[in-house]
Amino acid sequence: MKLDRRSFIKSAAAGSAIAAAGSIFPGISFADWKKQEGASGQLIWKKAPCRFCGTGCGVLVGVSGDRAVAVKGDPNCSVNKGLCCVKGFHVVQALYGKDRIRTAKVRKGNKMVEVPISEALDLIASKIQETISQTGKDSVAMYGSGQWTIPDGYVASKLFKGCLGTNNLEANARLCMASAVTGFMTSFGIDEPMGCYEDIEHADVFVTWGNNMAEMHPVLFSRMLASRKRKGNVTIIDLATRSTRSSQASDKSILFKPSTDLAVANAICYEIIRNDWVNWDFVNKHTTFHKGKTNIGYGTEDHFKFKDAPQGITFEEYKKFLEDYTPEKAERISGVSAMDIKYLASLYGDPTKKVTSFWCMGMNQHVRGTWINNLVYNIHLLTGKISTPGNSPFSLTGQPSACGTVREVGTLTHKLPHGVVMKEEHRKMAAEIWDVPLANIDPKPTYHTVEMFRALDRGDIRFMWIQVTNPMITMPNLNRYRKGALKDDRFIVVSDVYPTPTTDVADVILPAAMWIEQEGMYGNSERRTQHFEQIVPGPGETMSDTWQIIEVARRLGFEKQFPWSEDEYIEKIWEEYRRFHDSPKHNMAPYSLLKKRSGVQWPFVNGKETRWRFNAKYDPACKPGSDFDFYGKKDGKAWIWARPYEPAAESPDDEYNFWLNTGRVIEHWHTGSMTRRVPVLHRAMPESYVEINPEDAMNLGVVNGELVKIISRRGSVTMKASINGRGVPPRGMVFVPFFDESYKINEVTLDAFCPISKQPDYKKCAVRLEKV
Amino acid sequence: MPILSYLALPRDGAMDQLCADLSGMEYCEIIPADNQEVVVLVTDTPDDKSEKTLQETLKKIPSLQSLSMTFGHNAEE
Ligand code: SF4
Repeated sequence: MKLDRRSFIKSAAAGSAIAAAGSIFPGISFADWKKQEGASGQLIWKKAPCRFCGTGCGVLVGVSGDRAVAVKGDPNCSVNKGLCCVKGFHVVQALYGKDRIRTAKVRKGNKMVEVPISEALDLIASKIQETISQTGKDSVAMYGSGQWTIPDGYVASKLFKGCLGTNNLEANARLCMASAVTGFMTSFGIDEPMGCYEDIEHADVFVTWGNNMAEMHPVLFSRMLASRKRKGNVTIIDLATRSTRSSQASDKSILFKPSTDLAVANAICYEIIRNDWVNWDFVNKHTTFHKGKTNIGYGTEDHFKFKDAPQGITFEEYKKFLEDYTPEKAERISGVSAMDIKYLASLYGDPTKKVTSFWCMGMNQHVRGTWINNLVYNIHLLTGKISTPGNSPFSLTGQPSACGTVREVGTLTHKLPHGVVMKEEHRKMAAEIWDVPLANIDPKPTYHTVEMFRALDRGDIRFMWIQVTNPMITMPNLNRYRKGALKDDRFIVVSDVYPTPTTDVADVILPAAMWIEQEGMYGNSERRTQHFEQIVPGPGETMSDTWQIIEVARRLGFEKQFPWSEDEYIEKIWEEYRRFHDSPKHNMAPYSLLKKRSGVQWPFVNGKETRWRFNAKYDPACKPGSDFDFYGKKDGKAWIWARPYEPAAESPDDEYNFWLNTGRVIEHWHTGSMTRRVPVLHRAMPESYVEINPEDAMNLGVVNGELVKIISRRGSVTMKASINGRGVPPRGMVFVPFFDESYKINEVTLDAFCPISKQPDYKKCAVRLEKV
Repeated sequence: MPILSYLALPRDGAMDQLCADLSGMEYCEIIPADNQEVVVLVTDTPDDKSEKTLQETLKKIPSLQSLSMTFGHNAEE
C-alpha cells in the first residue's frame, strides 16, 4: 500500500512536469514516459493562487483528509503553465508551523493572556469608540497589506472610510508599489500594466531594470529562459546595481551606480532621438511632452508636503533637456559606459525587435521612484513599443494582491475603490454603494504609511489595527517607529498567523486564518483576479481577516453595512465591490466565473479578458476607430516626461563610506514569518548575511562567515559576511536581505521617500563597516 | 520524504551530458524529451537532510542551465 501510494505520487509528479513542458514547449514529446494508472492513495486536488509573490502562480493543492499535503503547478493557469518555485512548492507547510496563533490574546499588565476571540473583538470595538470620543476619528488607523485578500481590503475601506469617516487606512504596498502607481498615473492617468505575461513569449529582448527576477520572480524568469531556449535569438540584459543570479543567466550584465538609472534612461532616449529611431507616427498621434518640479526633496522630516506642478513642453524643449544626458555625460554620472548605453538604445530603437522591460523594487523603492517609472515609459513611448504583444514596459509586483487589494480596492489614504477621496463624484459613488451618508467620507487624505507611523510616534494616532503584515521588521528607520508603537497610551491590535516582532508590540493579538483556510481572492501583476475557496479548516479559533473586521464593524453599530452571513459573505462582498468598476476600462469577472477559472484578467468585457490595454485590437475600451487610445488621460495621449537625474537622500561620505542596499532571497517570503517555519526553506537559508565585495572584504580583513558590524546614523546590525556568494555587490556597496528578524536591518535604513509616491527607498543609504 | 519534479534545461549542446549527470545521481529519475532539449527530473529523497544535499548538488551541475519546479509532496507517511 505504502509503495503503491509513493509510486502514484511519483507518477503524478512526472505528469505535472510533462504537462508544464507541454504548455511551455508546444509539440514536445516524452515517448519514454508510461503513465501509471490506478494507483491507490489518491489525493484531492483543488486550485488556488500561490500564497506568496505577486507573480500569482496557480497551484493545485493536494488534500488528504483535512490536511494539505502536496502542491503542483496548475497547468491550466496561464501564469505559470504548471511551473512552481521552491516557495510555492512548500507553501502548504507554512500552514502547519508548531507555533501557529490559535487563540486571541489580550495584554493584561505586562502579560498577554489568552481570551475567547469574542472578548478580544469586544475590546477592539470599545477601544475604537473610546479613542474616537477622546481624540477624534483621525486618531484611529488601520494598516493592512498587499497580502490581504480583496474582501479583506474592501471591508477595511468600507469600515474606516465609509463608516468611521477617517482616511487613516494604509497598506504595506505603499512600501513596494506606490511608485509604480504614481508612475502609471502620471504617464497614463490610469493604474496597472498594459501588457500581460504572454509578452514573455513574444519579446525578442528583455531588459530587467534593477530586478533580480531569478530569485524574486523565478517562474517568470524560467519562462524567459525557456523562450530564449526555444527561439534562440532572444537577448536578456540585466541592468542593476549588483551582480546576482539573474546577471549570471543573462546575456549581458550592466552595473550602474545607485540612483543613476535616471541618467541611463534619459541617455537611452537621447540616443533614440539622435539616431532618429523615434516612431514618429506613434509619438505624434499618442503622446504629449511634460516637465514637473525639480529638487523635490526626500521627506525625511515629519509633515513633509510636496505637490508636483506639471507643465506642457514641446518636443524641442524635451530634446534640449536631454542634452544633459549624452551617453558620455551619463557615463560620468552612472558608471555605465557610453558604449553600453548606445547598445541598450540600439536594442530599444531597432524596429524589428520587440522589447519588454521588467522592474520591481529596484525602481519603486527609490527616492525618485515615480520619475524612473516615467523615464522607462518614455523609452517605450518614443519607440512606440508598448501595448502590443512582446512590447511591454512591465512593472512587476512583489505581493500576491498588491494590485488586487491595495491598488484596485484602493486601501491607501487618498483612494476609494473607484477613484480618490478628493473628488466628489467618487465619494458619491462610494457613499451610494456603501449605503452611508456622503458626509461620512472625508475629502482630505490623512497619512501615507511613513507619516502614519510618525503620527503614531507623535501621538496623533492612538489606535492602530495591523493585519497580515509585519511593520516592526519592514519600516525603515525602525527604531523610531517601534519606540512609538510601544508608548504607553498607544493601543495596537495585530491579526496574524505566527508570532512576530509586530505581535510583540500588540495589546490584542487576533488569530488569523491563513490562505486556503478561508475563501478569498488575490489580484496579481498582470490584472488577473484569482479566487480560492476554503480548502482546509484553520486551527483553533482562527478567523479570516475579513470576518474579524465585519465582527468589529457590527459591534460598532454598522450591521446595515455589513449584513452578510458566514456562508456567503465573500460572494456578496465581491458582487458589491464589482459595482465600483462597472465600465469597459475596469470591469471585473463575476463571482461564478472566478470560481471556475484559474484567474480572470480585467477589464473583463462581453465575456472576454483584455490582454493588452490601450490597443484597439485587444481593448474594447478604446475609442472606436483609434489604433491606440491612452484613455486614462482626457485627450487619450500618454505623457513623456522630462525628469532629471537627482541623487539619493543619503550618499556615502568620508564617515559612512558604503552604500547599503536591502532586498530578498528566493527561499523566504518577505519577513520570513511563514517561510522560516518551513524546515526545508529555513535550512536552505537559515540566517541573513551581508554581501561584501571581495576587495572590500580583503581591505577590511574579513573572510567569509566572519562578523561585520554595519553602522548608519540611525542604528547598527552585526552579521556574517558573505563574499562571492549568490550576489556580489560592486566595491563600496553592501547588500543585506531583510527576511531574518534576528538581524533587523531596517534599524539601519533611512525613512526617505519619493515625494510623489511616498514610497520609501530601501536600496540606498550610507553606512560604515567594522570588523567585529 | 519529499517527492519533487522539475523541468531541467541543459546549457547549449549539453543535453546528453545533463542526462548522464542527472541519471547518475542518487534519488533522481529522468524522462528526457525526445524532440527538444528538455528533461523532466523526478526526485524522491528519504528525508529532508538528503533532500538538502541533493539540492546543493543539483545547483552545481555544470551541464544544467535552469531547473524549474513543477510538483512537490512532503507528507509524513
Ligand atoms: S514565483 Fe511566486 S507565485 Fe510563483 S510559486 Fe514562486 S512564490 Fe509562488
